[in-house]
Amino acid sequence: MSAVQVDSHVEVAAPPPPGFVRSLVGYGVIALVAVVLALTAPSGISKIQLTAGSEFFQIPQLDLPAALAVGVPAIGAAVIATVALVTQLRSRSSAPRWMAILAGTLLLLGFLAHLVAGKSGVLPLTGLLTSTLFLATPLIFGALGGVVCERVGIVNIAIEGQLLAGAFAGVVVASIAGQNPYVGLITAPIAGVGVGALLAWFSIRYRVDQVITGVVLNVLVLGLTTFFFKGLLSELEGLNDRSRLPVLPIPLLSEIPVIGPVLFRQTLLVYLLYVIVILLHIYLFRSRWGLRVRSVGEHPKAADTVGIDVNRTRWRNTLLGSGIAGLGGAFFTIGQGLAFGIDITAGSGFIALAALILGRWTPLGAVAAALFFGFANALSQSLRSYGVSLDSNIPLMIPYIVTLFAVAGFGGKVRPPAAEGTPYVK
Amino acid sequence: MKLELRGITKKFGDFVANDAIDMVVQPGEIHAILGENGAGKSTLMNVLYGLYEPDGGEVVIDDVPVQFSGPGDAMAAGIGMVHQHFMLVPVFTVAENIILGQEQTGFGGLLDLQAARRLVRETSESLGFTIDPDAKIEDLSVGAQQRVEIVKALSRQAEVLILDEPTAVLTPQETDELIEIMGRLKQAGTSIIFITHKLREVRAVADAITIIRLGKVVGDADPSATETELASLMVGRSVSLGVDRAPAQPTDVALAVTGLTVRDSKGIEVVKDVTLEVRRGEIVALAGVQGNGQTELTEAILGVGPTTRGTIELDGRDISRLGVRDRLDTGLGFVPEDRTTSGVVADLSITENLVLDLVGARPYSAYGALDMGFLRTNAEQRVEEFDVRTTSIDRAVGTLSGGNQQKVVLARELSRELSLLVASQPTRGLDVGSIEFVHKRIVAERDRGAGVLIVSTELDEVLALADRIAVMCGGRLVGVVDGGEDRDVLGLMMAGVPADEARAQAAEHHTVLGVADIDVDPAAAVEPVPHPGQDQEGTP
Repeated sequence: MSAVQVDSHVEVAAPPPPGFVRSLVGYGVIALVAVVLALTAPSGISKIQLTAGSEFFQIPQLDLPAALAVGVPAIGAAVIATVALVTQLRSRSSAPRWMAILAGTLLLLGFLAHLVAGKSGVLPLTGLLTSTLFLATPLIFGALGGVVCERVGIVNIAIEGQLLAGAFAGVVVASIAGQNPYVGLITAPIAGVGVGALLAWFSIRYRVDQVITGVVLNVLVLGLTTFFFKGLLSELEGLNDRSRLPVLPIPLLSEIPVIGPVLFRQTLLVYLLYVIVILLHIYLFRSRWGLRVRSVGEHPKAADTVGIDVNRTRWRNTLLGSGIAGLGGAFFTIGQGLAFGIDITAGSGFIALAALILGRWTPLGAVAAALFFGFANALSQSLRSYGVSLDSNIPLMIPYIVTLFAVAGFGGKVRPPAAEGTPYVK
Repeated sequence: MKLELRGITKKFGDFVANDAIDMVVQPGEIHAILGENGAGKSTLMNVLYGLYEPDGGEVVIDDVPVQFSGPGDAMAAGIGMVHQHFMLVPVFTVAENIILGQEQTGFGGLLDLQAARRLVRETSESLGFTIDPDAKIEDLSVGAQQRVEIVKALSRQAEVLILDEPTAVLTPQETDELIEIMGRLKQAGTSIIFITHKLREVRAVADAITIIRLGKVVGDADPSATETELASLMVGRSVSLGVDRAPAQPTDVALAVTGLTVRDSKGIEVVKDVTLEVRRGEIVALAGVQGNGQTELTEAILGVGPTTRGTIELDGRDISRLGVRDRLDTGLGFVPEDRTTSGVVADLSITENLVLDLVGARPYSAYGALDMGFLRTNAEQRVEEFDVRTTSIDRAVGTLSGGNQQKVVLARELSRELSLLVASQPTRGLDVGSIEFVHKRIVAERDRGAGVLIVSTELDEVLALADRIAVMCGGRLVGVVDGGEDRDVLGLMMAGVPADEARAQAAEHHTVLGVADIDVDPAAAVEPVPHPGQDQEGTP
């Protein structure tokens, strides 16, 4: 035999890409809901406001007949979803991603127009998006911190504790430094790293169960911050004074209608977030660092046999991820000009954890999931002002129901890093 | 590159895994290390590869002693290793796996994947095969994954390549391809250390053989030595390689599986429309490469796994809807493939493990209370009868060796009168002595009148035991052939080729190992050759 035959005995027909059937179902559901929306569009007027009032270009408030405001985007969504469905069936491969995004966005617009149709209130689109980002920011920080840790195989349940520690350290040190919020931006991540060091120490050095360690750390940080708040911050002056990161509008960009004020009239903290998201997504999947990090989370022994120090990589990433989460904690205090209060993070770390899972352990996925949670939250807070009588708890529930279904495996297989939660022993 | 091991000693606590091992590997040589499971081969290689630090001795490369503090050092010194369990990240592409740890980067520290793809193509082409650099590891066959491992080692300029039990997961034809790759490497001047316990492979490919027993080098052998001579050296006494058994006398149908289909949790059909019959008084071996539906088929028979379609009859009674307990009571005995996780409860004593599935009824218990006196008598009898080597029947089963654990499982399953014994990988990881014992008991059970279904991925075992051989591939039953079938035919069938076509193809060209089979006079191969200075126990 002169040449070695490679796998000549077994011929396998190319299987459809993963999640093929599920994305078919997804497009079908979008098309169906869109058609229902269009058909049930009430008579009356949908009032939509596109500008916040301070942009260079002003767009007058749109008063559209509901049939138009609901029907156009809804039918658009239905058409795109149907096209995607057909392309996918014909080519036996996934339709382009932009089709899903566009169809989803249009459906959402139709849904919003439907909500305010015939109501007295105005739908402030820019305002809704601004509060979405506002509510999502700490979640994104927390979820990114989780991604960095979990990609090396360390389960980070302690995100909540890291956020809380960051919130505390941020405002207290900024207050001591004469209400200089920028100093707080430096100390918040350090506090997060402190919590992360404990997590790494227990789970890498002593191989304690990482979930238990994380839960205990959350309780510890809550206890410590509460103790200091009651014992010191309430007693002494000048430890818990409010200070707020100034908003730094970016010239030109911030003048773009709708997205300008939402994205580019923000504080340094949020701009840092943009940088972290982009760098993390590129470097996790395209760089030497990312390749090594992912190999440690997926198959640590394989990483070890090519000379990568597994536990050192885990230490480094746990500290880095905790630092990112700690920085996000600063948003609760100096990011919005509030003083520290007991349990100011109110479970955001756990929602960030859900965003991380819904985002399938990728930075961009986590951002999308966090924005989705933020949007649902923003919508539920402002429903009343639109004149909609829907109970505000209903939209608030939706993200968690979606997360539960996602974790249960609907909408594609959720696959965490294979070595997650497993200590590495040679 | 000349590689020397001088007096390598490695201890784990009181246990000496390697005891002053000396060995020399010449440049461009295929050097086989032969030894039983647990003899210390893998430990020795992990020391050589820098994964373990030796307690004594030194590694010498080209007459210069070297010290490895990790695999990185060993690789830098030109030593590559293909582990028995592949060290590849399943979700990475071939190229990503190859460059991991030796990444070339371009702008901004980003990976240069073009260079990586080139490296994969060039290295694999020099070995005479092609691999898609962008294929994901988890989508590749086991044979292809092994080639990726070889490319990975060579891309790191390995001059000595360690192959740890490389053929354990391959079909005979894939093994043939591997042997050819090994030949090319040898021509290119790469030395190969080939670790195995399979005698025929050693004789077919090795230039030199070092035999290790209980952590010590017991001698070197020439590849021209017979299998029996090698086996005697490996085990330390003369052994009979065949199993003595009279021709089968099949009677009534014990097990009848009809149109059985099993879907796994992802909805994929892992057993497809299998129809199979096992008669009382015969041994049917289910052959096939690991992961082709054998496990799921046996689990469906026992009832621990799901059945999607089809029926299972035991002694003419449909048991497909019965629970596990009821199936056992109908006369089914089951030896699971992974004894440590599903065969025994490691923390329970031998006494308790021997009655795990029996304690529900008299005479083992009465009125919900165990009859401890009876359990102990039972345990003492079983331990004696099955030759379980232990200091006490109260010891936890987890402290026994694999062979003795398997004897406990077998003793338990054979405590009841069986219609059918299903044994999955009954001798995996066992020493030759235990293998002989297990095989004898299985044949005895057949002769007593039970039907026996053996699942084995080792062709040697299949050929030694089977009266009929059923071959599975991709969840389908490829065919059922007689016990004495040619191993090349079986190999092709394991790759999905129907029996008739396989016979025609095998006749056209035989694999290296298949030819070795023909060259050896079968009578001579099973004739025990007394080894001077060794005792004669175990000789039939």
